Amino acid sequence: MPALGADMESGTLLEWYVKPGDRVKRGDIVALVDTNKAEIEVEIFDEGVIEELLVAEGARVPVGTVLATIRPLAERNGAPVETPAAVGASRTAEVPAAKTAPPMPEAARKPPRAPMPFVWSPPRLPATKVATLPQDGKRLRVSPVARRAAELLGVDLATVPGSGPDGAITKIDVERVAAATAGKHPGATPPAPPIAAAPAPAREAADRQAAMRKAIAALMERSKREIPHYYLELQIDMSTALAWLHEQNLRRPVAQRLLSSALLLSVVARAVARMPELNGFWVDGAFQPGDAVHLGVAISLRGGGLIAPAVQDADHKTLDELMAAVRDLVARTRAGRLRSSEMSAPTITVTNLGDRGVDLVHGVIYAPQVALVGFGAVRERPWAAEGMLGVRPIVTATLAADHRASDGHTGARFLTIIEQLLQRPEEL
Amino acid sequence: MTEQQLRGMILRALTEVAPDIDPTTIDPDADLVEQLDIDSMDFLNIIVAINEQTAIEIPERDYPKLSSLTDAIAYLAAAQTRQAARR
Repeated sequence: MPALGADMESGTLLEWYVKPGDRVKRGDIVALVDTNKAEIEVEIFDEGVIEELLVAEGARVPVGTVLATIRPLAERNGAPVETPAAVGASRTAEVPAAKTAPPMPEAARKPPRAPMPFVWSPPRLPATKVATLPQDGKRLRVSPVARRAAELLGVDLATVPGSGPDGAITKIDVERVAAATAGKHPGATPPAPPIAAAPAPAREAADRQAAMRKAIAALMERSKREIPHYYLELQIDMSTALAWLHEQNLRRPVAQRLLSSALLLSVVARAVARMPELNGFWVDGAFQPGDAVHLGVAISLRGGGLIAPAVQDADHKTLDELMAAVRDLVARTRAGRLRSSEMSAPTITVTNLGDRGVDLVHGVIYAPQVALVGFGAVRERPWAAEGMLGVRPIVTATLAADHRASDGHTGARFLTIIEQLLQRPEEL
Repeated sequence: MTEQQLRGMILRALTEVAPDIDPTTIDPDADLVEQLDIDSMDFLNIIVAINEQTAIEIPERDYPKLSSLTDAIAYLAAAQTRQAARR
């Protein structure tokens, strides 16, 4: 079970997309995992053949639990090699999980709202092979929606006859059994509402909300307890950047327009590439530089809470690529469909509260990262430059950094680089 | 599109971007960004969705003219008329 977030301690395996014998390659999505914040598609970073699935669908297991074994193609008869998903054998692996495998899963968390409409995909496991799994003995085909309904209704899935493809259990099957049980043994099982539809999502949303709050609380507590933050701020003249942006957007079709927030993210990625002391993790009393710039983007969820998935290799993306990546990331975060690689340890995070109209943000670092960059709203302000007073669009950039890993001097240079890059937007 | 169709199209775009909102609770005259707590990225996604449905290119400077549901419908209706006149 990958650590899909610094604040994740366990996860529920909702669905396997592969079966023993399947060939997989880097980037394949092999499973769907539910953290408390989100449903995350787990990708694989090795090539080989799935040997054994060790965790049954529906099982909640701690981070670090081996989910499956895969056999590398090269040594077909060799010893099984753990999937990268299994690599995170301890909590420390959450950080530069890239030791063995590339970026492995960091945090994932779900919008606290009703479950997403789940598309039932035809089961890929032939019924005959669905046989046994070490943990739960019996393997059932259950749609995630049905599993949730069963949880809420207190129905044992083993007692539910499936009517779906290959005998898969559907939500209707669960509700049928729940209704029947409720009739026969009043009070035997938890008094489940016979119709799960309306009340269930609300309850689940509330549960998720509570779980997410708890996860954020734990992480922030750790951050403020362990990290000696220092804070810097710099007001930056955005006239050149915004003029360039507006001029670009005039010529672009709607779908290719750029937002100033993308510009700011791009600039941070490039600046931090030049200041590696701010890009990475503080682990076991020492700084571990990130292997690349994976830019965490704090995305707030309307129902409360936030998720900070990463744009991988953000410093190597053009502005257009970054804009597309962020747009896609925001949309999928809202829909609760992120991938494990996006949740894999961002090396630095940016929070932009400008849309909410505040002037600046003094951020709390996402441990074990060592820096968090904040932007406030771009506002027109009186601005003195070259002996003249004028009105300019100004943004306040802030840096919260871990004083164990860097000093104010480094942080100051970093903010200055951001300012300089914003004066040359055409180079992004 | 009739005004009714425009309204339905905008609401669909909104609920796509913000699946948790209940379109029946939207105050047609209140600021959409404020009441739905959407950010600039969400807003852009809504504009893109509208563009896909109507082929209307809304320039950036006109974004403020789509601040409420009522305003947005009026703006798109007028844009449609202009579009038709050009053909």
